[in-house]
Amino acid sequence: MNTSNRPLSPHLDVYKLPLSALLSIVHRGTGAFLSIGTVALVWWLMSLAGGEESYIVAQKFFSSFMGSLILFGWTFALFFHLANGIRHLVWDCGYGFEKTAVDKSSWVVIGTAGFLTFCIWFFAYVFTIGA
Amino acid sequence: MSLRSPLGLAKGLGSAKDGTHHWWVQRVTAVALIPLTMWFAFKVALLSMSDYETVLASLSSPWSAALIISLIVAAFYHAALGMQVIYEDYVSGKAARIIAIMGTNLLLFLLGTAATIAVVRIALGG
Repeated sequence: MNTSNRPLSPHLDVYKLPLSALLSIVHRGTGAFLSIGTVALVWWLMSLAGGEESYIVAQKFFSSFMGSLILFGWTFALFFHLANGIRHLVWDCGYGFEKTAVDKSSWVVIGTAGFLTFCIWFFAYVFTIGA
Repeated sequence: MSLRSPLGLAKGLGSAKDGTHHWWVQRVTAVALIPLTMWFAFKVALLSMSDYETVLASLSSPWSAALIISLIVAAFYHAALGMQVIYEDYVSGKAARIIAIMGTNLLLFLLGTAATIAVVRIALGG
């Protein structure tokens, strides 16, 4: 019996990933990225506990171009995972499963993540405590 | 008629043997992390250009230390549970999967302990 002509589903090569599916895998990706990012958090807290010299070394790294880039990615990942996580909690309560509702909430998640990322970097550069 | 034994039904633990525990703790830590991460991320952002003394003073109050340690416990527990699901989905070899999950759990436990000790030391005066 020839089975090679049978249709496969879904055809991943020609399948346009829906926005909700894209956000789903990004949620997982940001989760893994944030797990790795905990190393930076631990290092920062350790450097602060270790005294002024070690703190300055850590601050120098985080304010460098590379450090800022990592932190920028980390803040966006954090706020994306946070916003999409809240959406997951709403889904867990049994709300928002309609296709139109999912599309709308996907954009709300993207918008919220972008807005919070903008806010935190705006705050970091505009408001300073005791500099 | 259910094919499951009366004892199995009463326990309600299902084929995974631990019921909804993993799922539920993932949600509990997620809810805790909503206010904790918002508070901590914006606090650190506001301190990003402050000098050492100011940062130390800001994070060393008892309430700050308590909230940061709560954040650490919830975040590392949440991370361990999440990474476990990722390994279960993508690592097909049983031995490799167990090693990956166990290794990640131990590493996250070590990192969480280190972070907690750092916060305690900061709270006690650097």
